[in-house]
Amino acid sequence: MTVQEIADAITAKFGEDAIIEKKLDILQPALYINPAKLVEVCFFLRDTEPYYFDYLSCISGVDYGVKENMLGVVYHLASIPNEGFQLTLHVKIPRTTENGDLPSVPSVSAVWKAADWLERETYDLVGIKFENHPDLRRILCPDDWIGHPLRKDYEVQEYYHGIKVKY
Amino acid sequence: MGLFDKQFESGGFIITKVDDILNWARLSSLWPIGFGLACCAIEMMATMASNYDLDRFGVFPRPSPRQSDIMLVAGTVTFKMADRVRRLYEQMPEPRYVISMGSCANCGGPYWEHGYHVVKGVDRVIPVDVYVPGCPPRPEALIGGILKLQDKIRNESLMVPKALVD
Repeated sequence: MTVQEIADAITAKFGEDAIIEKKLDILQPALYINPAKLVEVCFFLRDTEPYYFDYLSCISGVDYGVKENMLGVVYHLASIPNEGFQLTLHVKIPRTTENGDLPSVPSVSAVWKAADWLERETYDLVGIKFENHPDLRRILCPDDWIGHPLRKDYEVQEYYHGIKVKY
Repeated sequence: MGLFDKQFESGGFIITKVDDILNWARLSSLWPIGFGLACCAIEMMATMASNYDLDRFGVFPRPSPRQSDIMLVAGTVTFKMADRVRRLYEQMPEPRYVISMGSCANCGGPYWEHGYHVVKGVDRVIPVDVYVPGCPPRPEALIGGILKLQDKIRNESLMVPKALVD
């Protein structure tokens, strides 16, 4: 089983536009998935023999910076039946939306339960909304915190509950 | 301490000042509310365990603010925790004292510049009596801080306003 085979299987089932970019000659081979088809692709990877990516190791949020104006979400999958074979999925979305809302990506918490809290963390710190998430609240910062601290252009608020924030 | 060192001589009378006996009683049983917030808590636990044995100073951790005399803030105070710190402090009966243990509780420690989530010193939330420096402080340093607090209590007076003693 190689990542090229998996990529071919995805394009055969979901069309050429399901995978936007492939990076295969790096340490963790990665597939850049079309956000609109993310959930279907994830269900496919989880349930199809012989891939069985039944374990979601990690979800990370990435801010590519104001200049590039993109945000990303990275999914690290592992397949326990295949001795922990690893696959990395990327999703890239524009950093800003027309109406000023947070940019959004479909939630994969229906595919892997582990995604629930990982997506909450990504929402809390990077400010990416996950559509159809069952309970999208902040998980680390206080509920009334302002802003998303791991954005490149983040400016901390001056006071929190009457306590000066800066040194 | 030093009050009962010598055996009583005639019939069990001792004469002392109210200030002295009150201060002696207070400083001999400083019960802290267990407040381990980060790695400093490990040193605090080591100080309370048998090797350093804080119990010999009458320091004995309590699980409730209502039974506590001092709050030993051991570790990083985040903004999420700051509200809880303030509430627990307000629940303690007076007289109450605060020891800030370690760099994080003193001034934000390694998070002072880029740590958006860390209160830059617990003295922005509650008044602090003794600061113990270190990252984390060794048990000897914490014991030193407690002895310092005992010195402070020893010189308190019911009659003189606190500001004059300081």
